[in-house]
Amino acid sequence: MAPELAPRPAPILALDQLQVSLFTRRGVLPAVDGLSLTVAPGETLAIVGESGCGKSLAALAVMRLLPEPPAKIVGGAVRFMGRDLAALSEREMQRVRGRDISMIFQDPMTSLNPVTTVGAQLVEAIRRHTDVAHGEAVNRAVELLRRVRIPDAERRLTDYPHQMSGGMSQRVMIAMAIACGPKLLIADEPTTALDVTVQAQILELMKELQATSEMGLIIITHDLGVVAEIADRVVVMYAGRKVEEAPVEALFERSLHPYTRGLLGATPSASRRRGGRLVDIAGSVPGLAELPAGCAFQNRCPDVFDRCRAERPMLAPLLPRRSAACFGAEKELSRDAAIVGA
Amino acid sequence: MLASTLDFVRRFARNRGALVGFVLVLTVIGVALAAPWMFPRNPLRIVGRPEIWPFTSWRYPLGTDSLGRDIAAMLAYGARTTLLIGLFASLTATVIGIGVGATAAYLGGWVDEVLMRCTELFQTIPNLIFVLTIVAILGQKIEYVTIAVGIVTWTPIARLTRAEFLSLRDREFVQACRAMGMGNFRIMLGEILPNALPPVIVLSSLVIAGAVLFESAVSFLGLGDPNVSSWGRLIGDGRTLIRTSWYICAVPGLAIMLTVLALNLVGDGLNDALNPKLRDR
Amino acid sequence: MRRIVLRRLAQIIPLILAVIVLNFLLIQLAPGSLFDVMTSEQQITDPAMLDQLRHSYGVDQPTAIQLFKYIWSVMRLDLGFSYRQNAPVLDVIIAQLPATVILMLAATTIALVVGVTAGVLASIRVNTVWDSLISLGAVFFFAAPSFWLGIMMTVLFAVKLGWFPVGGMRTIGSDYGALGDALDVMHHLVLPATALGLFYAATYARVMRASMLEVFRLDFIRTARAKGLSRSRVVIAHVMRNALLPIVTLLGLQLGTLLGGSVVIEAVFSWPGIGSLLFDSVMSRNYPMVLGVLVLGSLLVAVANATVDLVYLRLDPRIAGR
Repeated sequence: MAPELAPRPAPILALDQLQVSLFTRRGVLPAVDGLSLTVAPGETLAIVGESGCGKSLAALAVMRLLPEPPAKIVGGAVRFMGRDLAALSEREMQRVRGRDISMIFQDPMTSLNPVTTVGAQLVEAIRRHTDVAHGEAVNRAVELLRRVRIPDAERRLTDYPHQMSGGMSQRVMIAMAIACGPKLLIADEPTTALDVTVQAQILELMKELQATSEMGLIIITHDLGVVAEIADRVVVMYAGRKVEEAPVEALFERSLHPYTRGLLGATPSASRRRGGRLVDIAGSVPGLAELPAGCAFQNRCPDVFDRCRAERPMLAPLLPRRSAACFGAEKELSRDAAIVGA
Repeated sequence: MLASTLDFVRRFARNRGALVGFVLVLTVIGVALAAPWMFPRNPLRIVGRPEIWPFTSWRYPLGTDSLGRDIAAMLAYGARTTLLIGLFASLTATVIGIGVGATAAYLGGWVDEVLMRCTELFQTIPNLIFVLTIVAILGQKIEYVTIAVGIVTWTPIARLTRAEFLSLRDREFVQACRAMGMGNFRIMLGEILPNALPPVIVLSSLVIAGAVLFESAVSFLGLGDPNVSSWGRLIGDGRTLIRTSWYICAVPGLAIMLTVLALNLVGDGLNDALNPKLRDR
Repeated sequence: MRRIVLRRLAQIIPLILAVIVLNFLLIQLAPGSLFDVMTSEQQITDPAMLDQLRHSYGVDQPTAIQLFKYIWSVMRLDLGFSYRQNAPVLDVIIAQLPATVILMLAATTIALVVGVTAGVLASIRVNTVWDSLISLGAVFFFAAPSFWLGIMMTVLFAVKLGWFPVGGMRTIGSDYGALGDALDVMHHLVLPATALGLFYAATYARVMRASMLEVFRLDFIRTARAKGLSRSRVVIAHVMRNALLPIVTLLGLQLGTLLGGSVVIEAVFSWPGIGSLLFDSVMSRNYPMVLGVLVLGSLLVAVANATVDLVYLRLDPRIAGR
């Protein structure tokens, strides 16, 4: 198919075996265990998984905003436009944040400073990375509020965060994030705390903003509906590891990893595309301190066999532009290949 | 019951500062109780040469004051005064405070309004000025000083008690009691109060410290009971000699500071022991 | 906004009324007629004068009438006459009030600057040597009686080192002109204001440290860092701005104690404010003056309280409900 054969542009972000560990009283826990992924300009990558799988920590690691005790980057590289962000000094990183890479968070109501006006916080973001006078910065702030479709933008500048609704606050957050034209925007559960009706609007807004700027977007979520709505490619994480990666349609059409299948609600069905909410999978995610040897999913997998308990499955490119870390998937695909005679 | 007491002691002991404080408080209490044995004669008697420096004489290890009185003796008897006043003043304050706070919280409505306005009133009147006024009008006796100090220190206890009662009043177990037909007073005293006590106890230890500081200020100014030996008074008496014999002021002041410090440390320890989740280090 | 200001100021009135009534009750409590004690202390023996005073104080009338008369005269700013200073009570107090206000302001400034800085430092260097040192210092200054601190500081800095004067507000017999006078007062102000302020500095340091640590963990601080702001900007413009709010509240709550504390400090340093006046009046049983100081002191605290409340309203937009 055309998109697969077209030459791929250099990725803006490339995580290379990123390892983030939590140093706790119970020991050193591998919260992110060898994660590798790429994001191309203009592409939307979704990172999916249950809470605690390490997706948020991975994002914070990119921004170097990890809560320093107890979390720490202990291995791997975070390559942004060629530079390894993990090796930068804090000063240099401050110049990257907000200007080259931005991040928005889950709860917009608590993510804004309650005692200063929305306008002041926007101007602060603008003036941090662009050399403009205060008056000009205010004009740009108004423009930004208009771009994120906030009505009556000029009046809103003097509002305080508590005077705004959740949806409007998230729009302000997005405005602050794109203020300096970043190459990459990371959105950590941006719609989870919002009303269902507002969710769609926010997602649409993000897509729109992306379309005009070639900005890469990483969206972290546990909601497959959001994934279906907005993502180009999907990375599925479990217990700190990436277990599957695929273009979005392919993932919904036929997922390779049993965990992904579980998330999508049992049987691989060709018509499943919209509304795949998170379905309960029997059992629960093992704590990082109690990870079993072998595959982390073994105790909840319906198709588990001996090799799964003995060896840890590594990510393998099982199909073009797709990979999965599952012995069962490998077996199945080689069987298919044998049948087809490839 | 025994298990939770042991648990409490263990949690308290984990805080080293609190242990130090506890030992210090015990020392002060010990000295206060042993004073009549250690120094059988009236400490206000002149016993030796005036202005002997501390650590220079075996007979008077802490030296003598401007008139030749034994500082160590006056310090020991002063401990009694300090502890007595501290204890009774804070007892007064705690009784008033709990009474006001509990009533305001439980009855609510206009009673709450009135009592809170009262609390505000006592918070606005400058404490020491009020104490001095009371002492000036009623007289310089130890009882009046104690009551006066108690009257100016009850407000934080009232506020805390009220807050605790308010949060406990609407809990299920109280509704259950009311459904059983228990009277208001019984519920307040028997059910809510025991649960509201822990933070109030912590505050009380701090109130004792505050009472000690108050009393020392009053007697420093020479407005305490002239017949009792008090640490504050020692400092006040020694003021005229700060150029030559400043130890007369320094020693009792150190005693006050160590006692207040000890009480604060014990208070912190109680806080840790009674509210293990809330403490944030 | 103006309505809120007026409403807040209006709340002072019932408070002061209550103080006046309390005053009156205290008078009634005195052993022996207050009037008799007072007149004997002031050594008034002339029968005609006694009669006049008896009438103007209304001692021969029922209590309720006396109360109303008392309230009425206080409202008219007539707090009685002081024979000791041979002047109306109000005038004497007003004359000595500025000295106390200066002392309180200086002490508060020292307390805020030292305390907030120490608290912020302890919080950004949490669990290090600095944190422990600052906490130790806070504990020390919290427990030491301020008058004792004042005396010890006098011994060290005034007697031994001679850097500061031992007491008083101005150098006696000096004639410096306006600027020189101001500097002279400031020189005399250092020891008393520091002795008074260090106790509060200790409290503010502790509270500020806890408050900063709490705010550090809040979501919007993460947003501020994600914007690429420098560490110092995050700490000052975002963390401190929010962490200072409890300090403002605390300041308001402690004004009553601050005024009380200044009484003792004024005694230690012979500072000519209303504290010294009160002390002198208590010793000489000058009751009208004592009660006058009580009323005006309460008024001062009430007004200062209202000011702090209004400042808080300005700083925290969530409360005003704009």
